[in-house]
Amino acid sequence: MSATFLGIPPFPEAARAAVNDSRLRHNLRKATHTIRDKRGAVVTELEEDWERLRSEGAAIKSHTLRHLDHYLEQLEAAVERAGGHVHWAADAAEANAIVTRLVRETGETDVVKVKSMATQEIELNDALAEAGITAYETDLAELIVQLGDDLPSHILVPAIHLGRSQIREIFLDQMAEWGVAAPEGLTDDPRALAEAARVHLRERFLRTRTAISGANFAVADSGTLVVLESEGNGRMCLTLPETLISVVGIEKIVPTWADLEVFLQTLPRSSTGERMNPYTSTWTGVTPGDGPQEFHLVLLDNGRTDVLADTVGRQALRCIRCSACLNTCPVYERTGGHAYGSVYPGPIGAILTPQLRGMSSEVDEALPYASSLCGACYEVCPVAIDIPEVLVHLREEVASGPGHLGEKAVMKGAEAVLGSSHALAAAQRAAGAARNLVPRHLPGMAGAWTDTRDLPGVPAESFRQWWNKHEKGQS
Amino acid sequence: MRIALFITCVNDTLFPDTGRHVVRLLERLGHEVVFPEGQTCCGQMHYNTGYRRPAAKLAVRFVRTFEDADAVVVPSGSCAAMIRDNYPRLGGSGSRLSRKVAGLAPRVYDLTELLVDVLGVTDVGAYYPHKVAYHPTCHGLRMLGLGDRPYALLRAVRGLELVELAGATECCGFGGTFALKNGDVSSAMGADKARHAVESGAEVLCAVDNSCLMHIGGTLSRQRSGLRVAHIAEILASTEKEDALR
Amino acid sequence: MSTSRERVLARVRAALADVPADEPVVRPVERPYADSHGMGAALEVLEDRLRDYKALVRRVPADRLAEEVAAALERRGASTVAVPDGIDADWFSRTQAELRPDGRDRPLELRELDGVDGVVTTCAVAIAETGTIVLDGGPDQGRRAITLVPDYHLCVVRADQVVDGVPQGVRRLDPARPLTWISGPSATSDIELNRVEGVHGPRTLEVLLVE
Repeated sequence: MSATFLGIPPFPEAARAAVNDSRLRHNLRKATHTIRDKRGAVVTELEEDWERLRSEGAAIKSHTLRHLDHYLEQLEAAVERAGGHVHWAADAAEANAIVTRLVRETGETDVVKVKSMATQEIELNDALAEAGITAYETDLAELIVQLGDDLPSHILVPAIHLGRSQIREIFLDQMAEWGVAAPEGLTDDPRALAEAARVHLRERFLRTRTAISGANFAVADSGTLVVLESEGNGRMCLTLPETLISVVGIEKIVPTWADLEVFLQTLPRSSTGERMNPYTSTWTGVTPGDGPQEFHLVLLDNGRTDVLADTVGRQALRCIRCSACLNTCPVYERTGGHAYGSVYPGPIGAILTPQLRGMSSEVDEALPYASSLCGACYEVCPVAIDIPEVLVHLREEVASGPGHLGEKAVMKGAEAVLGSSHALAAAQRAAGAARNLVPRHLPGMAGAWTDTRDLPGVPAESFRQWWNKHEKGQS
Repeated sequence: MRIALFITCVNDTLFPDTGRHVVRLLERLGHEVVFPEGQTCCGQMHYNTGYRRPAAKLAVRFVRTFEDADAVVVPSGSCAAMIRDNYPRLGGSGSRLSRKVAGLAPRVYDLTELLVDVLGVTDVGAYYPHKVAYHPTCHGLRMLGLGDRPYALLRAVRGLELVELAGATECCGFGGTFALKNGDVSSAMGADKARHAVESGAEVLCAVDNSCLMHIGGTLSRQRSGLRVAHIAEILASTEKEDALR
Repeated sequence: MSTSRERVLARVRAALADVPADEPVVRPVERPYADSHGMGAALEVLEDRLRDYKALVRRVPADRLAEEVAAALERRGASTVAVPDGIDADWFSRTQAELRPDGRDRPLELRELDGVDGVVTTCAVAIAETGTIVLDGGPDQGRRAITLVPDYHLCVVRADQVVDGVPQGVRRLDPARPLTWISGPSATSDIELNRVEGVHGPRTLEVLLVE
């Protein structure tokens, strides 16, 4: 059983530990600022066309979601026409059962994996392990996380929370347990670490006959699946094995091949800050004599239809998992991904996780508040998801539920005072009269303020008191 | 022209000087300021915390109080953004509130928008002989799109030296109830913003929003940094005769 | 027909109750965005981008291709080279390297592929703005595995195969074919988000741009 998000406390508490971890703060700051600057440069380069691509990307995804049944059936027919098999999974358990059965049918006990958020979400590796099947992650960062028995903390670079020296230690300690050992005298130079991963996985790629992937896009009209990557581990998994099983969320569909004209521009630039990622593979069913001769597509719901049913929250399904919102988010930069208690961290996680899981726990309920609503995420989103709008929408859902009595009482009181200008004026006069009685440190929740910040002094008279005098010519 | 002032509940209660500066500035420029007595709060705190109904009630009150105004000036970027960006979402399409908001929202301005776009001035005749850094608050930057307006106004102030603020576009971490619900992250963000402000070499950090300044200023004050914060209205209202710091 | 299929589709339809029944299912492709971004002359831009990715690039005249292929393989020290069986044999008239032809009907074993020093192919299309070369499995490009397992990929790109922007590239390609988009040698940014070239795919990409 590998590491799990179960047991991670609600965001504010998990964030406290993260904020106080100076090494984590350093790693995150360095990494997010690096990628932020790179993204900025390649987006600016496209000038006003960027906004056109962004709104077209949003429009394509919105349209697809509004007619998702049609496009799912179209995709299914196209994949089957091209020699693939399509399976439907209503939830994680069913998806895991389908994949386990398909792997068992190949007779293999080892599978190689392309980095895939969907399989992380359903915890496929654990399900396979229970069936005696070992799933080997092949993406460098996923490998680091797997070897370190750690949890991913970022959508694109799951090991973003680790620095090079930590990665070196994990390789030296753990590689031998999983296969080819790390070379003695391994340094923490990223080149040396990448080389160690190459050597460690090379034999596995050449030997393993079954692969599991996700997909960035599934094209309905042609039945084509698309995977963007950098290292070539994706190509290895998608090309060399005999059987390929792809687990794909139902929201990953785009209607036509032409739609990739947009996304193959916006995704790499938003994601790694490159004009294009090193490798993109597209395949349509099975090609005789080239690549896997057995292809299975597993279409995954697992809460997505619940998200779809919410007309405001639905836009979260437009997400193309670029992670630009994480890289630009001032909250994520200071807490890292683990504090979000889900494989989807950062701003997109804060709106996607509670919707997928149905606001079923204290962790989920805390997520919509894990934001200062600064709007930086919305600004960089290549499919224009208005994340702040959805956050507020989800807060409304939390506030209308049970509990949170203290907050409700405060809001009620504020409503009464602000509900009339006379009540407000009276409250201001009372505050002005008691202005010298405010302690430097406040108790309870307000202590979160006075622990690190001074309070502003309460003025002797409010603006409206001054105005009345000003009106009468007394000031 | 005749300008209605929406002071906002935070300014009214905690930062009345900002209102005084706005009134002095606009009167000095030859305009008439009116203060509709029935005003209270835009509803931002309720809205952002998930209390939509009380927010909608406050929106109705705001619209009722200001619907006859030619122009409404709001010396708070986040409240101006609440009215312009979020009020349209509160009423539901085709509702009475939505119709009224659609009519009123285009006449609601942040102070810098009012000066530059409506009154057509960037040089407001101010004198402020200090080193100043400008913090473009999130709402001002991303929702209102204030762009160069505040900088243009500050550059025209005599005696003022505008200094560069590193990481200017990053949120200071206030975020309303976020500062309480996620105090640790909020403080960490505030500390970084305060550090950038100190490193800028400025004597004064200014912004269009007292809420953010309260957060940053509270941090600076706890650190005994000697750097003070000021609403942009204070700087623009300041003249040789009454330099606010003397 | 699985019951899950019906269940998921029923959930989708229930979730979309707000969508008017007469809303068109097909969205006309209007392409409000640019075909390309006028970054300069296509070949110059392609060369610049490839170099940016740390690929090797040489401009060569068509009548000297055989010499250039030989020279490139010699510089690399490649003595055994995989080639797709549909590639122009004349290009290899000057090289001393031993050729290992590969095709869908007679594929090289993976171990054999792992043992060659490099691979030579053409491409289907190249995109200047993004420094991208696309292979579509045609007879002169071969199976996907041959451009993946060897550590050195020499790719011959003709000037008439180069387009300016991504949309133009997408339009020239047939999605029914297995496509591999290559933008420089393999790389990773997984360690502190610093780009490092050379992971699992060919660590060296060399491009001969034929004018």
